[in-house]
Amino acid sequence: MAFSVEEVREKTREIVQPWKTGKGGLIPILQKVQETVGYLPEESLVTISREMKIPLSEIYGVATFYAQFHLTPRGRHIVRVCRGTACHVRGSLKIIDSVKKMLHVEENGTTEDLRFTLEPVACLGACGLAPVMMVDSQTFGRLTPDKVKGILDTFE
Amino acid sequence: MQIYRSHILVCGGTGCVSGGSKDVIDEFQKELERRKLDKEVLVVHTGCHGMCELGPIVVVYPEGTFYCRVQKTDVAELVEEHIYKGRPVSRLMYAGSEEMPVVPHYKEIPFYSKQERIALANCGYINPDNIDEYIARRGYEGLGKVLSGMTPAQVIDEMKASGLRGRGGAGFPTGLKWSFCAASKGDKKYVICNADEGDPGAFMDRSILEGDPHCVIEGMMIGAYAMGADEGYIYCRAEYPLAIQRLKTAIAQAEEYGLLGQNIMGTDFSFTVHIKEGAGAFVCGEETALMASIEGRRGMPRPRPPFPANSGLWEKPSNINNVETWANVPRIMVNGAEWYSSMGTDKSKGTKVFALTGKVKHTGLVEVPMGITLREIIFDIGGGILDDKKFKAVQIGGPSGGCLTEDHLDAKVSYESLTALGAIMGSGGLVVMDETTCMVDVAKFFLTFVQKESCGKCPFCRIGTKRMLEILERITAGEGKMEDLDTLEQLALMVRTGSLCGLGQTAPNPVLTTLKYFRDEYVAHIKDKKCPAGACTALVKYSIDPAVCIGCTKCARNCPASCIAGEVKKPHVIDSEKCIRCGNCKEVCPVGAVSVE
Repeated sequence: MAFSVEEVREKTREIVQPWKTGKGGLIPILQKVQETVGYLPEESLVTISREMKIPLSEIYGVATFYAQFHLTPRGRHIVRVCRGTACHVRGSLKIIDSVKKMLHVEENGTTEDLRFTLEPVACLGACGLAPVMMVDSQTFGRLTPDKVKGILDTFE
Repeated sequence: MQIYRSHILVCGGTGCVSGGSKDVIDEFQKELERRKLDKEVLVVHTGCHGMCELGPIVVVYPEGTFYCRVQKTDVAELVEEHIYKGRPVSRLMYAGSEEMPVVPHYKEIPFYSKQERIALANCGYINPDNIDEYIARRGYEGLGKVLSGMTPAQVIDEMKASGLRGRGGAGFPTGLKWSFCAASKGDKKYVICNADEGDPGAFMDRSILEGDPHCVIEGMMIGAYAMGADEGYIYCRAEYPLAIQRLKTAIAQAEEYGLLGQNIMGTDFSFTVHIKEGAGAFVCGEETALMASIEGRRGMPRPRPPFPANSGLWEKPSNINNVETWANVPRIMVNGAEWYSSMGTDKSKGTKVFALTGKVKHTGLVEVPMGITLREIIFDIGGGILDDKKFKAVQIGGPSGGCLTEDHLDAKVSYESLTALGAIMGSGGLVVMDETTCMVDVAKFFLTFVQKESCGKCPFCRIGTKRMLEILERITAGEGKMEDLDTLEQLALMVRTGSLCGLGQTAPNPVLTTLKYFRDEYVAHIKDKKCPAGACTALVKYSIDPAVCIGCTKCARNCPASCIAGEVKKPHVIDSEKCIRCGNCKEVCPVGAVSVE
């Protein structure tokens, strides 16, 4: 998913287009850009600012306010380990530790080969299965530290 | 319409899907086709049954036979025995008590028999992706009744009479809230559904959206009619992809049937609804922050007044209710306010959905009448504590709530009673804790959460929670001082009074309630430098009882710090200096020789 600067600008312009006349488009635009490019590169933010006539400072403010947005490249697969209450009392710290050890990354870190990004999240809402993690959009429950490796191995 | 002799309902909630229910559905389909039974038996994927602990769940109708933990490999046997030969498979049934070793039917399982499902009426019963199944269960009948024979004022009176209160946390009377927005003048009004369910430990909104999306849409339409709105927004967390997908399908189907759009059911009433995906900010569950987020700004709360009923989304009169609240509305319209208000207590009417999680045997979603006791929920419905350990506390109401103890188990659950005890109803998360849960650690956990999620607008919340967290970190590291407890209490009161929104005002609750009910645990951390529950790693010490150890070497092999020494078949010893207190040895020991203190 590596795009050139020009491609990023072009893609951003396409995404912005339908929102130019409506209102409340900034967050959906940022979501779409991130989905397409993988993160929010500076060129995208500048392009959105020019096209939408929204000050860059305001866009930066929004992009940094929400946990979902990232200004640096991320891994191909996002590993979200739940740190909610139910998971906490059922041992989610050990799960996140074993992911960290396996991938050699810290929280919110990305592996050097851009394969995985590790993100602790507040609650995935699958408390009945605690402890839980999500890899991309797949949910894995009733985890134990020794199950983690087998799961991550299936993601290339 | 095709008539089937039997229906196989397979749970398609997030919990069961992660347990492999999709494979189970495919396998049923294949197996039925192979036996040429696919014209007689229909496989339906449903929303959440609530008993996530035992997923994937399969229920076979008309008998109502309940099967749990069904795997792909069990399907052939189920089809052969139950569907083909008519002999239910007891091996996969719910394992009950001694008098009743297997419980074949849904309704006899204690988890379900005490429940009263209104908001969850269709969850686990219909295919959420099929509008016909919703309509067959009296769906859109409430809307029809309202549009064909009630004035907006009558709808609001009915809501007031039902006694329904906001299920998002604060418990404001819904009918009254609607009347404010209805009275507000404006050419354009909005109704909003708050599906930004962010409380750790709560997932009822997700289950409703995944299992019965139409009831939320119908509820919003009835509200819109009563308040004079013609446009709605559903603000849903991006962490709930399945809920968003099912909502999109539901909206498309309702549009196709003419139930959404212009001149609905041949009347003057028109309504359109949009889905907005949240971007990951807990504070957006606060109504003014949520509206700011829909508008595309940073989701920060603003002072009220003006209230959203007068100036909300894009400065137009707006009404916002949470998913569970909206889900109750169609049922109230169909069955009447009197029916709804016959359930519950004096001031808290109807039912409430709780997410029962933590160290309890049967985790899952339960819907119970208000006024039930916590003991009934945890011990009768939830089956008691996991591994038969001792109950210690229940955390109720998420990060804004509090921890209640054994003494409070017989308190009747209502908005008033929980507030009086220092907790809140909140969105209905119930996290059960046993003797191995450290209450100081729990307080630290919640404070870490609110600290991270504080939007930063109010200094008391931004800085106060940070200072409180630092103190708790010190205490759990064994470096606390007794005066820290007074400082914590002082800070807690300041954060409570000095914050603008509910997040800040309630952020100190977990600390205040644990200080009130579990002060001795704080003192043990500070004075004795000990964690009584053995949870705070800096304060615990692992040791092996030489009399019990059989020298199997399992602990030594699993120790990541290589700090366990000993020969085969001889007692092993832990080097406390090198021990990182991960607890692996205790977990793997086959004879329970490792103790922690």
